Amino acid sequence: MKGFVAVYRKELYSLFASAIFYVVAFTFLVIAGYFFYSNVAYYNIVSFQASQNPFALKQLNLTEMVLRPYFLNLSVVLLFMAPLLTMRLYAEERKTGTMELLFTYPFSDRTTVLAKFSAVVSAFVLILAATLPGIVFLHVVSEPNWKVVLSGYLGIFLMGSAFIALGLFTSSLTQNQIIAAVLSFGLLLMFWVIGWTGSFVEEEFHRVFQYLALTSHLDSFTKGVLDSRDIVYYLLFILFFLFLTLRQVESHRWRG
Amino acid sequence: MIHAQGLTKYYGPLTGIEGVSFQVERGEVVGFLGPNGAGKSTTMRILTCYMPATAGTATIDGLDCFEQSLQVRSRIGYLPENVPLYTDLPVRRFLRFVASAKGVEGRKEKGEIDRVVAVCGLEKVAGRIIGHLSKGYRQRVGLAQALVNSPSVLILDEPTTGLDPSQIIEIRKLIKGLSERHTILLSSHILPEVAQICQRVIIMNKGRIVATDTPSNLTHQLQKSAHVNVEVKGAASPALMDAVHGLPGVLGVKHANDREGRFIVETDRAEDLRPHIARLLVERGESLLELKLMDLSLEDIFMQLVTEEKVQEEGSP
Repeated sequence: MKGFVAVYRKELYSLFASAIFYVVAFTFLVIAGYFFYSNVAYYNIVSFQASQNPFALKQLNLTEMVLRPYFLNLSVVLLFMAPLLTMRLYAEERKTGTMELLFTYPFSDRTTVLAKFSAVVSAFVLILAATLPGIVFLHVVSEPNWKVVLSGYLGIFLMGSAFIALGLFTSSLTQNQIIAAVLSFGLLLMFWVIGWTGSFVEEEFHRVFQYLALTSHLDSFTKGVLDSRDIVYYLLFILFFLFLTLRQVESHRWRG
Repeated sequence: MIHAQGLTKYYGPLTGIEGVSFQVERGEVVGFLGPNGAGKSTTMRILTCYMPATAGTATIDGLDCFEQSLQVRSRIGYLPENVPLYTDLPVRRFLRFVASAKGVEGRKEKGEIDRVVAVCGLEKVAGRIIGHLSKGYRQRVGLAQALVNSPSVLILDEPTTGLDPSQIIEIRKLIKGLSERHTILLSSHILPEVAQICQRVIIMNKGRIVATDTPSNLTHQLQKSAHVNVEVKGAASPALMDAVHGLPGVLGVKHANDREGRFIVETDRAEDLRPHIARLLVERGESLLELKLMDLSLEDIFMQLVTEEKVQEEGSP
């Protein structure tokens, strides 16, 4: 446990001392803010039109027109940003040789993997928290469904953590941060599009692929539905890649 | 304290070390000596639990480096070769990380950091970012992290490489000072350094131990012959040299290159032949200018061992 706290604090310090974190946070927030603004602006125009057309009023839905697209937009931005947060985790340790310190301090490899993962997830939660003022604004001018907001953020949190677990794994594969980022992005994109095979594979395979796809599991969260299957999917995804990372780190030790 | 038995490590088809066995007693300072690639770092990496050996066992304080890795690791301080450090952290912050990683209690943390900072002379740079420090200070930070939590064993891989002469002297002093409280195993390819700091030397070459002894014993045992430098006034005639060669115990006589009156007498170590040589020269009416016994330096012995090994290997089918 001591080792966990030590590595966790060190990782956070390194992260907050690096320019990468601030560039990623800035870019993420600007793009997220733009999407949020455009969704709200569109909703605004439609609600003006609805004031003259009582039939359109029934279709006016804050969840469907602002929140849902917003969360889906966030997930896309995250796809590009997560690899940048995770790429240095192990790659840098291997390049500078500090792996030798980590390996000879009295704590297990598992502790290191968990601490590194938790540190980046914490930083990610911080970035995510910075998007909350938008929702507060929405609350001031309208009545967003808070259950949808909460489940949407939970979905984004789980998805982001899954991205980070995968990024941690690709970072453990190489000494080069760029390679780690590209691999991570490529793999994430594969998991993103794998569900779109419906038109050219058989039905059973399509369903398997669809279950494996990262995107299909976010949908229910953005509707305000907490489906245990989706939660389990993300948790398994995270565990699987943390496990692979641990194996990779251990094999690095064996190979010397 | 440290006990290695038949350590062997293969890197794929390459052999890192083969059949390395040695012991280090509590409180001893032992130096690994050898050319680059001799297997010093590999041996140290196995002892520090960085990687497991392919075969053989290593124990520290009776604990197996592979089976009880975590317990072993809490008993050693390790300074890896090239001193890898987190260059984006300030010195004190880095030492805090090390202290909590090594399980120093929160209350004692500050005191422990202050102690290693003082021991390693880091007060001036404690607030600076490691990446901005000079090589000498980085080396001290590396040493400081090894000292955190006062481990009973220190394993230092080439602690003075890349430093300037005055820094080397300071680091050596520092290590000598540490030897009162810690068992130290260090490696080096600088011979006088090992002779100065260590009580015992383990010479490695090509993944094997070729000799183990104290620096002075090594010098004595491995000197199969002693050389005596002789200088006479004027040129040394061949007749004179033949006469010296005729003395009992003399193995050979050869001209020194620098001056024509000077020659080197190779003797066996059974007896000090200087009085006999002097008497002979005086009896022959030569003017004796110099008569000096030359000791082989550790460097010569090292070269002898390393080259002997080579000759044997080349000779074997």
